[in-house]
Amino acid sequence: MKYAAKRIAMLLLTMVIVSFLAFAAFSLISGSAAEIMLGTQATPEKVAALEKEMGLDRPLLVRYGEWLLGFFTGDLGTSLSYKQPVWELIAPKVLVTLWLSILSFLLIAAVSIPLGVRSARRAGGRLDGVSTALNQFCMAVPPFFTGILLTWLFSTVLRWFTHGKFPNLGTDLPGAVKYLFFAAISIAIPRVAMTVRMLRSTVLGEMQKDYVRTAISRGNDRSGVLYRHVLKNALVPVVTFLAQTMAEIVAGSIVVEQVFAIPGLGRLLVASISNRDYPVVQAIVVILAFWVVLAGTVADLINQRIDPRLRLGGDA
Amino acid sequence: MKKKLMAFLLLASLLCAALTGCGGSSTEKTPEDGQTQGGSTGAVANEITVGIAQDLDDSLDPHLAVAAGTKEVMFNVFEGLMKPTSTGDLTPAVAESYTVSEDRLTYTFTLREGVKFHNGDEVTAEDVVYSINRCADTTDGTPLVEAFSVIQSVEAVDARTVAITISEPSNEFISYMTTAILPADYDQQDTAPVGTGPFKFVSRAAQDNIVLEKFDEYWGTPAYLDKVTFKIIENADSLVMSLQSGAIDLCSHLTSTQVAQLGDDFYVAEGTMNLVQALYLNNGEKPFDDVRVRQALCYAVDKQGIIDLAFDGYGSPIGSSMYPAFGKYFDEDLINYYTKDVEKAKSLLAEAGYPDGFSMTITVPSNYQPHIDTAQVIVEQLKEIGVTAEIQLVEWGTWLSDVYAGRQFQSTVVGVDASNMTARALLERFSSTAGNNFINYNNAEYDKLFAAALASYDDAEQTAIYKQMLENLTVNAANVYIQDLADLVAVRQGLEGVTFYPIYVLDLSTVRYAE
Repeated sequence: MKYAAKRIAMLLLTMVIVSFLAFAAFSLISGSAAEIMLGTQATPEKVAALEKEMGLDRPLLVRYGEWLLGFFTGDLGTSLSYKQPVWELIAPKVLVTLWLSILSFLLIAAVSIPLGVRSARRAGGRLDGVSTALNQFCMAVPPFFTGILLTWLFSTVLRWFTHGKFPNLGTDLPGAVKYLFFAAISIAIPRVAMTVRMLRSTVLGEMQKDYVRTAISRGNDRSGVLYRHVLKNALVPVVTFLAQTMAEIVAGSIVVEQVFAIPGLGRLLVASISNRDYPVVQAIVVILAFWVVLAGTVADLINQRIDPRLRLGGDA
Repeated sequence: MKKKLMAFLLLASLLCAALTGCGGSSTEKTPEDGQTQGGSTGAVANEITVGIAQDLDDSLDPHLAVAAGTKEVMFNVFEGLMKPTSTGDLTPAVAESYTVSEDRLTYTFTLREGVKFHNGDEVTAEDVVYSINRCADTTDGTPLVEAFSVIQSVEAVDARTVAITISEPSNEFISYMTTAILPADYDQQDTAPVGTGPFKFVSRAAQDNIVLEKFDEYWGTPAYLDKVTFKIIENADSLVMSLQSGAIDLCSHLTSTQVAQLGDDFYVAEGTMNLVQALYLNNGEKPFDDVRVRQALCYAVDKQGIIDLAFDGYGSPIGSSMYPAFGKYFDEDLINYYTKDVEKAKSLLAEAGYPDGFSMTITVPSNYQPHIDTAQVIVEQLKEIGVTAEIQLVEWGTWLSDVYAGRQFQSTVVGVDASNMTARALLERFSSTAGNNFINYNNAEYDKLFAAALASYDDAEQTAIYKQMLENLTVNAANVYIQDLADLVAVRQGLEGVTFYPIYVLDLSTVRYAE
């Protein structure tokens, strides 16, 4: 219980710190929302008048305090450029990005764990060199590039999905998931390669240990030892790595969403930053921070389940 | 074990809250999105999807919108008393006709009968008075439409007549009557705009799409299409792939490279962007405060070379702050006032005290690839006269605040457009006192000419003065003028009726499927 409370306090603290940093960043970069909205028609008087109307003339800390208060009472404010409530604006997009992230994550976990174990078992084999090279290659390919290739193949040539016509998540979930699947592949490829490499080396490392030799010498067969003992120990760093991956997937999806023309958080975040639309940026940043901390917490809990020794640390 | 279970439950409930929170709001949105889906699956749906590179995120309110991209789309939704035509003239829209008094100070508009707003209400003289007054209001210092500062009074004479009195006669006042007419005291223009145009606003999803539908009670020639969806795709590659996949039927402002990637499903309509693209020089800062240095740059830059190299030959060279579509003012002789002459440029630089050239910075907004490409060619061309230019890419917001408003720059490559169809819209900014004179151009002769142009009653005389102003800009090398960019529009085979205007708009009311 103490552990959970500590975790939640950490989560809130992280979100507050991150949100403040994001807020403060806006006062460092030049250009205000009013100036951008007025564009080439901006005059000092017009900018001042509009800033006053939007409440941007007040000190930073006052505005942050107000935002924070609103946040804890469930009011994310109103977008400066869209004049719509922020939550109404981002909710459908949060869902799209969430689906994309989850799909990518499932893909990474489902492909990389069996592949990693297999690669460790075949270490030193005839195809080992080839697969290592292939692995290295996959790791180096940026997702946006794979994204362009995949779109060209599956949309332009094969017409398996229509690029630019993202189905509505509410009315056509299978269609939307199919569309997101291709984007998920491009996010997953380099991550799969990294996870495979990591798992391979941890498994090989474990295999050198005394308990493995003992287990085998007592007559256990190799794969039994591998799955029952070695994998359990080898997975701990991999789970931690996957949690970090979860955070990077969300970051990666911002780029990939643009390549695939997916109406997710990414495009809105980038546009809101250039428009200095801070209520929207704040909301998205906090959601991303929540996501990252949550992934870390889940990874800890899973690791404790795999290796009970880690529990001691958590309670201390 | 218990603790672990508790932690798990707490986390699970947090995640659930986040998920259902999203789910709740998105289902509210479903009905309208559902319609969108239903419409597009219809077998003979009379609708198209238009690709645009940026969202309308300045404002949907036509009086507050400033971005060219926003006005381009909303041209289909709003109309003023007068409306621009594709040939560069004005035609009565919400007004049926107008008369000007003897002293040229009072404009009397007779409203057209039966013009309706998209909310079903008929346009009254009250609405017109409200709309004009809203743009002429000076409580914030400058009025929304600067030219409205001459308005003395706006009166509803009777239900169908509005009289506007101005303080001094002006030939151009009527051009500003294209300002949108809005329903009086309707305060949701920025989220649910209501106008009188051939299309009505239906819905928007931020950074995703904007949906317009045909307005059935439109007073004029009705639109051919029933529905137009604007799809926002910022990424250039993504835009091309959406055209190829069939998701987008029409897209303007493409580059020659993008156009080359399209297959047989499309044809390309070529117009002009109606922008004055130039290497704008800060005339108030060294070394560009010296006319010889500015002229040297003009002699060093080869316009046609830029167009050929960076734009595959698409684009029209220009020689002053005017583009060819404005036939009335455009002077072809100015295009080649400076022809590439490296020796002459070098001697001018030597005369000005820079025999070995100098270093300069070209600030370019990073979101406009054509301007970046142009700047890159300029850098190479300037090397020939010993000038080392360095490109500094800045975000659009930074450009607006530092370069445009703050005037803290040496030189910049951008395209300047006209907010309405007058020469004044392009030329007023170079008068020494103009608030938007971002290049700090200060020329007594020019100011005198501008004052004379404003005071002139006679259209021919006024045109002649504007032409002299254009020549003044060229001779004094206010900027290094380059070109009016070509506007390449990809149109799906089977669609026709794309019309080009001398201003930056996309008229969808004429677009139709061929019989």
